[in-house]
Amino acid sequence: MDQDHDDSSALLEQVRQALVDCTPLRIQGSDSKAMLGRPVNGRPLDTRSHRGIVSYDPTELVITARAGTPLREIEAALHSAGQMLPFEPPHLGDGATLGGMVAAGLAGPRRPWAGSVRDHVLGTRVITGHGKLLRFGGEVMKNVAGYDLSRLLAGSFGCLGVLTEVSLKVLPRPRSCQSLCLTMGLRQALDELAAWGQQALPITAACHDGEALHLRLEGGEGSVASAAERLGGTLLDNRYWHDLREQRLAFFAGDEPLWRLSLPHNSPSLSLPGRQLLDWGGAQRWLKSAASPAVIREAVAHLGGHATLHACHSASFHPLAEPLLRYQRNLKQQLDPSGIFNPGRLYADL
Amino acid sequence: MNILYDERLDGALPTVDKAALLDTLRSALPDLDILHSAQDLRPYECDGLSAYRVVPLLVVLPQRLEQVQALLKICHAHQVPVVARGAGTGLSGGALPLEQGILLVMARFNRILEINPAGRFARVQPGVRNLAISQAAAPHGLYYAPDPSSQIACSIGGNVAENAGGVHCLKYGLTVHNLLKVEILTIEGEYLTLGSDALDAPGFDLLALFTGSEGLLGIVTEVTVKLLPKPQVARVLLASFDSVEKAGRAVADIIGAGIIPAGLEMMDNLSLQAAEDFIHAGYPVEAAAILLCELDGVEADVQDDCLRVEAVLKAAGASEVRLARDEAERVRFWAGRKNAFPAVGRISPDYYCMDGTIPRRALPGVLHGIGELSREYGLRVANVFHAGDGNMHPLILFDANQPGELERAEALGGKILELCVAVGGSITGEHGVGREKINQMCAQFNADELTLFHAVKHAFDPLGLLNPGKNIPTLQRCAEFGAMHVHHGQLPFPDLERF
Repeated sequence: MDQDHDDSSALLEQVRQALVDCTPLRIQGSDSKAMLGRPVNGRPLDTRSHRGIVSYDPTELVITARAGTPLREIEAALHSAGQMLPFEPPHLGDGATLGGMVAAGLAGPRRPWAGSVRDHVLGTRVITGHGKLLRFGGEVMKNVAGYDLSRLLAGSFGCLGVLTEVSLKVLPRPRSCQSLCLTMGLRQALDELAAWGQQALPITAACHDGEALHLRLEGGEGSVASAAERLGGTLLDNRYWHDLREQRLAFFAGDEPLWRLSLPHNSPSLSLPGRQLLDWGGAQRWLKSAASPAVIREAVAHLGGHATLHACHSASFHPLAEPLLRYQRNLKQQLDPSGIFNPGRLYADL
Repeated sequence: MNILYDERLDGALPTVDKAALLDTLRSALPDLDILHSAQDLRPYECDGLSAYRVVPLLVVLPQRLEQVQALLKICHAHQVPVVARGAGTGLSGGALPLEQGILLVMARFNRILEINPAGRFARVQPGVRNLAISQAAAPHGLYYAPDPSSQIACSIGGNVAENAGGVHCLKYGLTVHNLLKVEILTIEGEYLTLGSDALDAPGFDLLALFTGSEGLLGIVTEVTVKLLPKPQVARVLLASFDSVEKAGRAVADIIGAGIIPAGLEMMDNLSLQAAEDFIHAGYPVEAAAILLCELDGVEADVQDDCLRVEAVLKAAGASEVRLARDEAERVRFWAGRKNAFPAVGRISPDYYCMDGTIPRRALPGVLHGIGELSREYGLRVANVFHAGDGNMHPLILFDANQPGELERAEALGGKILELCVAVGGSITGEHGVGREKINQMCAQFNADELTLFHAVKHAFDPLGLLNPGKNIPTLQRCAEFGAMHVHHGQLPFPDLERF
């Protein structure tokens, strides 16, 4: 299993067989994101046999790899060339794969400043609901030929096809990185973040835990040093951001359900039962709360956001309103007419 | 090359009775401005790709969204094709009208609805000009990053439809990277909100799908864009090279050194001479190629990066590296680049602008290939491009008054795009497919891939009324076009009937 291997024909064969048998498939890598979304009943389709970096030339700022490639392998290759995945994807498990990362579309603390997973997807190879292995997009930075199916597949949780290969835009690692901890309340932190956001400051992560604002500065030595001097506070170990990304901070412990609230970044603090952790400079709030889903979703929707329950649950994702749901269903029906790809993972009839 | 809508190849269009449709629209929407006489329709016969012209059946100029919604419902009920148009600056014929269709002009929706400095977003109507957003945000120290060359005139709705780029894409991304939310109307007249006021939205990412869909999936009615703080400083370096290959390698070296310039542009000798004659930017006219490298950000970092880039450029064989002494010189360096197209327009009666993208490593080979094609077709080609992201804009110089030259220019352009595809690139980086590159789509995608595109279209517009004939070719068209390009004795679409 540890060797680079092109197993696309075997994956294609399994999809074709599923189409013949009318058997739904449950697409999986290492199952590190299995706690997200609705449970799927289907024959497992394991992508991990299809693995390996297909091409990587650091001066092109593009890496192309097979879907079953372990994420840590990709990050190691980038690291050795002084580059990185700018959106710092959460692994949430040792075996996290590239395919799962793209299908789940989760991004880490740098997201508001560097962009999302889909922002960095340049091209994909995908097995479609018609039993074909097709290629969309490519390895170039700019490409507006045809519809952007590659970016549509990011975050689609495997409901529209099986990703077999992905090309991603990558970036050089910043030359300098320094993290700070500033003691202040949430309201002050939101005010400061709003003000700093309108200035050219090299902030690339901002998290408030109720007592202090944690900031990361990244860039050239000069800008990082001068911003650190200006902002003050105490030094913070850079590993903090890794622990936040992987949900290993003390905040994430405990039995209450974990919610991810996606909000306009300058939304005020939400008065909901439970504990909150502000991430993404305010655009993502983690909530540990036993409050009813309806109460949480209403509070978040009121502010223009949405809430995801980080648990394998029948209502993991924020409900879609009509007519948007109908058009999403149309799209699923068109791209997966037999309904074999992860049926119900996102919503009951998608 | 048959570029105008051809029902034989592009699919039958519904027959529309102009007089009856006009009556229907007038009685349902008495205050809607409708143009219907030949002289009123004429100004709308083309967009920025003026070589192709079609007089539309009718032009409508709504001022309220209720009018657009009602119009679309009528068009859906009566099966009338609809082509949306913003400012009409597109370069691929995406807003080329149809004889049997309504041209829906969204330019009157030109209000900026909200500039929110704390939220760092602007909410605007689709007809607002790209540059107007940055101008409105400027008092807050903010701006909207994507800056297509036409930014003074092009509309944000058109930018969304085309996923417009610009000279700062490598660092700041395309339109798709700078949107939060887009409101659209479907052909059935239903409102959909794509994206959200937050950084993501539940369900499939329709915002990504609709961006660059060229008006085939819906009509943009409102756009919320991200605003960024203006960089503290921007500096530009101009490097001269005695060969384009050296310049091409220097581009890779800069990026290899871990530097992402805000802009990295290359001009070859023909285009830099034309620009110098026109703008007097101070370009070294004897150079085979120049690179313009802009670095922006915080003062201390930009200073460091300028030194680094200068060293890289010299090591790569630059014969001269100049740092713009002041803001005036920086603006002048850019003015030469930004006016390269009209400058080339001064040295040739006509020019045809291409928009292929390639992996950067293929740059020297592709430039060499373009040179050979240029000689083969007997037409000069000036190369201006966004070197940082491999987006080439070869300008083919020709004279439309010389019989056969337009056709030769089109054929040469097609060959250049096929060369881009052959090295792993794309037929369009930022101008879109529109009508212009509809045949080259057959070189970029196979029949199964095109079939999937048609399936996507079907999910939103099953009757095919929105901008028919653009962006995605029919398999029939590819069968006919493919027949002209037989590879290894095999037709690309063997199952299809040939006409």
